[in-house]
Amino acid sequence: MLNYAIRKLALGIITVLAVTVILFLILHSIPGDPIRMITDPRVSDEVLEELRVRWGLDRPLHVQYFYWIGNILRGNMGTSIMTHQSVAYLIRTRLPYTLVLAIGALIFRYIVGVASGLFVAVRRGSMADKVIVSLAVVLRSMPQFWLGILLIILFSVTWRLLPISGYDGPRSIILPLLALALPPVASTMRLTRSEILEVMREDYVRTAHAKGVPWYGVMIRHVLRNALIPVTVTFFLSLPWLIGGSVVVETVFAWPGMGRLLWRSIMRQDLPVVQGIVLIIAVLTVTSNTIGDIMTGVLDPRIREQMEEQ
Amino acid sequence: MNDSALKTLRRVLRHPMFVVGLLIFLSVIITAMFADYIAPRTYREMDMTNAFAPPSRANPFGTDNYGRCLFSRVVYGSRIALRVGLIVVGIQALLGISLGLIAGYYGGILDRLISFLCDVTWSMPPLVFAMAIIMALGPSLDNVVISIAIVSWAEMARVVRSKTQSVKATAYVEAARAIGRTDAGIMGRHILPNILSPIIVLVTLALPLAILSTTSLSFLGLGAQPPTPDWGVILNEGIDFIQRAPWISIFPGIALVYTVLGFNLLGIGLRDILDPQLRDL
Repeated sequence: MLNYAIRKLALGIITVLAVTVILFLILHSIPGDPIRMITDPRVSDEVLEELRVRWGLDRPLHVQYFYWIGNILRGNMGTSIMTHQSVAYLIRTRLPYTLVLAIGALIFRYIVGVASGLFVAVRRGSMADKVIVSLAVVLRSMPQFWLGILLIILFSVTWRLLPISGYDGPRSIILPLLALALPPVASTMRLTRSEILEVMREDYVRTAHAKGVPWYGVMIRHVLRNALIPVTVTFFLSLPWLIGGSVVVETVFAWPGMGRLLWRSIMRQDLPVVQGIVLIIAVLTVTSNTIGDIMTGVLDPRIREQMEEQ
Repeated sequence: MNDSALKTLRRVLRHPMFVVGLLIFLSVIITAMFADYIAPRTYREMDMTNAFAPPSRANPFGTDNYGRCLFSRVVYGSRIALRVGLIVVGIQALLGISLGLIAGYYGGILDRLISFLCDVTWSMPPLVFAMAIIMALGPSLDNVVISIAIVSWAEMARVVRSKTQSVKATAYVEAARAIGRTDAGIMGRHILPNILSPIIVLVTLALPLAILSTTSLSFLGLGAQPPTPDWGVILNEGIDFIQRAPWISIFPGIALVYTVLGFNLLGIGLRDILDPQLRDL
């Protein structure tokens, strides 16, 4: 098991490195000149050149890359071209808002998805099952940003119950959290439902029933415990999707998180900030993918053995 | 028509999700094709005296801040959604199928390399990755298409790879190799036809996702630019007037959900009928 975990961890580190190279290449192939973006068009070429030297943009690409990585390892992520604040400071002040939103959405999604999946699985084929499963398809077709707009129209404009946007106390999180979490609830529910139905057909479940274990005992000890393995793994694997979605949702709700900062920095071509945020997101994503992989191994010995054989 | 085809057809028509999906799909196609006849006005015709008119008989979806007819804009928007979705999925399928075939057929170092590329693609949330690419290329609808295709081929490659591996082990592929068929010939004539049904399902289910992602990016101002009647652009324009004229924010969203729902139902129906094993997608 330890071997398996170590290999996954090593693969994760290599992947992060590969991602930094790819992102660096993509971001530095920008045809426009970030220095020209922020300076007055009347500024002379000499001054432009001086600025380029100051920001290190005159050096060859690979030198810039190692310079960037080296600085990051020393905890220096650079300075925003637009606001001249340090990127680390910008991210540090926004990241908590994004994490609260994403983790809140993750927990909401898991609880609601598993509960409703269990609810429809034990009523398989009933009217309730059909209605809820159809609703899930509609939910899945709903873009998070439009769901956010609809929630604003209903709860903020029409009923005036909740703030329209920004951060104004804990009540502000309700609408962005719902907009972010509701569409993916559908897939968690569908997965839970199909896994439960599959496990309920297994021989060991029939045996448990036959030897007189009470119904809820079978459901909890035998069915749920096995059916929730894939659901738990997707819990970790879905973090990247939530972070991607939070960029859009944070923009709709003017939520003061990292996603909105990323969007604004992209609009202003603020390269150091974009680089920093994208790197943080890549690290978060690879970490949660790795945890997901290791969890699969811990929870399901069959997969672990398969991996160890290879 | 032979017996088995007839049987499949009957099964297809008895699948309610598929039938509803097909009807929605056809209605969107017809709207896009006959937009010139359906829309009462063009998508850019302004009428400042009639700005912010709520939905009425003359303007079924109301008008926006320039007095443009929203119904006409939403109708023309269907063309953009369909075209963009199809091009994205086309590029994505080309990349995903060819790389998946190569990885599954040749194995070895090529397989490792392609799988590693998949892993790297997966290490970034697709939307964030696409935004980084757009930052480099500049905001435009074409660049949105390119970036979304680049970040979304991996899933298709993974499925095609594993299906190819299982078909490759069969006797008829062995036989084809024995009579001296080339690798490309075997992949094109023997493997591809046998993995066509999962590919059809994947492509159909990729379409709604492509439309959702491109519209999200247009909504963020990174894709189509005004006055293009892209649904994401209209929704972006509407958010400033959400209190005064909420209809600008409502109708394009309904059109978007309707279209995406149609493709999702179609894809789910096809999956149930053609390849029930793909259930988890």
